[in-house]
Amino acid sequence: MIAMAKSKALGTGIKLYLMACVSLTVVVSGSVIVLLGKESIEFFSQVPFFDFLFGSRWEPLLEPKSFGVLPLLSGTFLIVVGSISIALPFGLLIAIYLSEFASHRFRSIIKPALEILAGIPTVVYGYFALTFVTPILKSIWPETEVFNAASAFIVVGIMILPMVTSLSDDAFRALPSSLKEGAYALGATPLEVSIQVILPAASLRVWAAVILAISRAVGETMAVSIAAGANPKLTLNPLESIQTMTAYIVQVSMGDTPQGGVEYLTCFAVAGLLFVLTWSMNALGSHFIFAKGKN
Amino acid sequence: MAFDKRKIFNTAFFWGCRISTWGAILILGILIYHIVKQGYPWISENFITNFPSRFPHKAGLKSALAGSLWVISFTALIVVPLGVSTSIFLEEYAPRKRYMRWIQINISNLAGMPSIIYGLLGLAIFVRFFNLDRSIWAGALTLSLLVLPVIVIASQGAIRSVPQSIRDAGYALGARKWQVVFQQVIPAAMPGIMTGVILSTSRAIGETAPLIIIGALSYVAYLPEGPMDSFTVLPVQIYNWASRPQESFHGLAAAGIMVLLTILFIMNFIAVYIRQKFTKFKY
Repeated sequence: MIAMAKSKALGTGIKLYLMACVSLTVVVSGSVIVLLGKESIEFFSQVPFFDFLFGSRWEPLLEPKSFGVLPLLSGTFLIVVGSISIALPFGLLIAIYLSEFASHRFRSIIKPALEILAGIPTVVYGYFALTFVTPILKSIWPETEVFNAASAFIVVGIMILPMVTSLSDDAFRALPSSLKEGAYALGATPLEVSIQVILPAASLRVWAAVILAISRAVGETMAVSIAAGANPKLTLNPLESIQTMTAYIVQVSMGDTPQGGVEYLTCFAVAGLLFVLTWSMNALGSHFIFAKGKN
Repeated sequence: MAFDKRKIFNTAFFWGCRISTWGAILILGILIYHIVKQGYPWISENFITNFPSRFPHKAGLKSALAGSLWVISFTALIVVPLGVSTSIFLEEYAPRKRYMRWIQINISNLAGMPSIIYGLLGLAIFVRFFNLDRSIWAGALTLSLLVLPVIVIASQGAIRSVPQSIRDAGYALGARKWQVVFQQVIPAAMPGIMTGVILSTSRAIGETAPLIIIGALSYVAYLPEGPMDSFTVLPVQIYNWASRPQESFHGLAAAGIMVLLTILFIMNFIAVYIRQKFTKFKY
């Protein structure tokens, strides 16, 4: 009897310990929200909210100081638009190829190779952009600056391509094969099956892939810090140097910014904005995946 | 004739798919070729055994390698028990309630949170609040938070792939829940968990941004002797070299990248080997 009671107590103890571990993940999200919220409120007590969100000059480190976040947002926007317009078409083509045309053997070689592409540290991509992509861009467009948005979004596009591919590939393969076979039986070509049957049927999860990839591009830090420069300005010219939200946070951290000053608080305000953007995109993306998963 | 047009479009589409796929592989090849071409001349015994230096031909990776080793070991020690325990609860114990779904979504959102935000969190909590300063502890704890959701998701996959019949057999023999979980399910899921753990930790080796935020130094001319010492890691050292204007430092950065990629490659190889060799239950 004693042994049984002991065993039961052990079971309860283990369960409590496991629950504590799980609650840690909630604590992490909670503390991120509290931290960014608290510091952002302090920032907005010194800088008006609308000056921050709609101001078009970002010069927090130089007098006269100005805290308009639009240049940083436009920098991030440029990176996102550029990278997704590379990753989306090519990512979808590869996903269709893998799920529709490729042999099982070919697939089992290509997929790990793409995973390698996804696993390469971002600092490596930054180096590649700076020393390989930029010289090529320069030989085509001589006015390209040493640090430029184009080289950064090209490598970010390469970086998020495997994500688009693997999520869309999963989506395509999850479709019932009767759907495709029906279309093939009616005489459709693989192109028509892909465009008119597979893509529409999997559209929700393809959207999820796009949203999650965009969120990843928004949060990308090292490649843009190394290759895109530190020049916050409102421009859509990809050959100029820009600064993204993430690169700004790195720039401040590299310098000796006194703690508690308004310059230091800008980091948290920018990070707060970054958090709101990526968190809502991730929530939307996983909602799309989850919604489809129930059927 | 109409059929011909469709056929041509289809062939073009097929080749578009093929070229994109091979293009992606080609880019991987170009990337590695470029790094090796730039970095190979700088690889030497001194490169591994020297401290960083202002003079490129004397500079080396010793402190960064040691720092990476320290930080990753501590990260693994902290995060593996936490992450695996969390996944065990989620897969085996969690009640099928609505709030558990929220916790699951929360974890996948955490996995997608930009790493730089983990850096700021680590800066506020570990560096400032717990006063760990720019130490290995602060770095390892920060990276642990970053890796935690990734490990949880990977281990969940491994546990889920254990067939229900294993559990049923345990219960049929009168085992308690914890006995079934820890004596049957977890051992069966172990190869998958190990693979997930290695792959997630290898992600932490390449992380740069959060460690820059918490203040990993880029010039460290000594070896850390304990977890309270300040440190640098491979990717931060590479970032430092890559962001200098001189060509020769770019060469050093490429050489550093070769070392980093070699370590990642070995870890991935081990992970895949474990998965191939020991997995009893396929996904």
